[in-house]
Amino acid sequence: MSRKRCAWIILFLVGAALIGCQLPYEQGRELYVSACANCHMEDGSGLAELIPPLNGSDLVRRNPDLLPCLVRYGMEGPVTVNGITYNEAMAPVTGLNDVELANILNYIQYQWGDPDRFYSPDEIRRILKGCDSRPVILDFSAEE
Amino acid sequence: MKGYLFILTSLWFLYLVSCTPTDQCQTLPILGNQDIQGTDTLYPEIPDFNFMNQDSQEITLATFDNQFYVVDFFFISCPTICPKVKKQMLRVYHHFEKEPRLVFLSHTIDVRHDTIPRLKSYAEGLQVDTDKWHFVTGSEEEIYQIAGHYFSVARKDESSPGGFDHSGRLILVDEKKHVRSFCDGTDPESVDQFIKDIQCLLDES
Repeated sequence: MSRKRCAWIILFLVGAALIGCQLPYEQGRELYVSACANCHMEDGSGLAELIPPLNGSDLVRRNPDLLPCLVRYGMEGPVTVNGITYNEAMAPVTGLNDVELANILNYIQYQWGDPDRFYSPDEIRRILKGCDSRPVILDFSAEE
Repeated sequence: MKGYLFILTSLWFLYLVSCTPTDQCQTLPILGNQDIQGTDTLYPEIPDFNFMNQDSQEITLATFDNQFYVVDFFFISCPTICPKVKKQMLRVYHHFEKEPRLVFLSHTIDVRHDTIPRLKSYAEGLQVDTDKWHFVTGSEEEIYQIAGHYFSVARKDESSPGGFDHSGRLILVDEKKHVRSFCDGTDPESVDQFIKDIQCLLDES
């Protein structure tokens, strides 16, 4: 094999590896960092028993249909995540359109929840139509 | 070829000698403007204050007699940097949990909403020992004023998210009430150095 050919093959392999390593929800990650990470932290770990984690959260995994309303309109009252009850209100995340909301939630599910759960912008719109335009109040625990 | 090898080895050695960080302690300076009066040099000290903590106990400068303490400013509903800063403060707290000479003091800057019961439930949520970490409220003016002595900013500002403008610094005060170190509480690497500074100061005294 000529040296030139060998160099091309190596270049191709490195390029393919770099593309393969890229996160599928790059915009979602960026939006997450700017809109959510101040409270839920970049690694999704939350803060002690004040702010629930998203990373490994049973609520994220088991109740994916709640999340669009929760992010858009915020949340009040207690919420139980992984058996721990948190009781600080979550402010609504303003300034996100439906596509951006889908991207953020897809990133969260892919990274820390159910990687197969995918939200299309149409599904986000459909879910949002079904929730009231005010902070979500959860009167049940994620365990149930 | 041998010449090249020699030069490369020498460069590598130089790199190792010059760039390896040392963990050795250096005496931390007393921060702030010195006042030289005759032969005496006066260093700025934290003035006395009077606040109430999450258990309605009075907290004054005398509470920290013979102790070192770490300070921050926050408010519970803060939508920006506060949770990140608290996570780092919590990291410092856990690092020195068994060190009786070091305590923690968090001031709310939203005295209207962060009442004593709210501060108590916040402390419970953080799961910390409130004999070691005080969450205080008090006169708005006094809190904003004392922030300046800790090289921090805390004030109302309607254009800021949440209605307050404040810095995310953690500040270290020694047993003589001098500020000895601070860090950016949003930057974990800056906090790493801060933890080393605290350890050095404790070892020194």
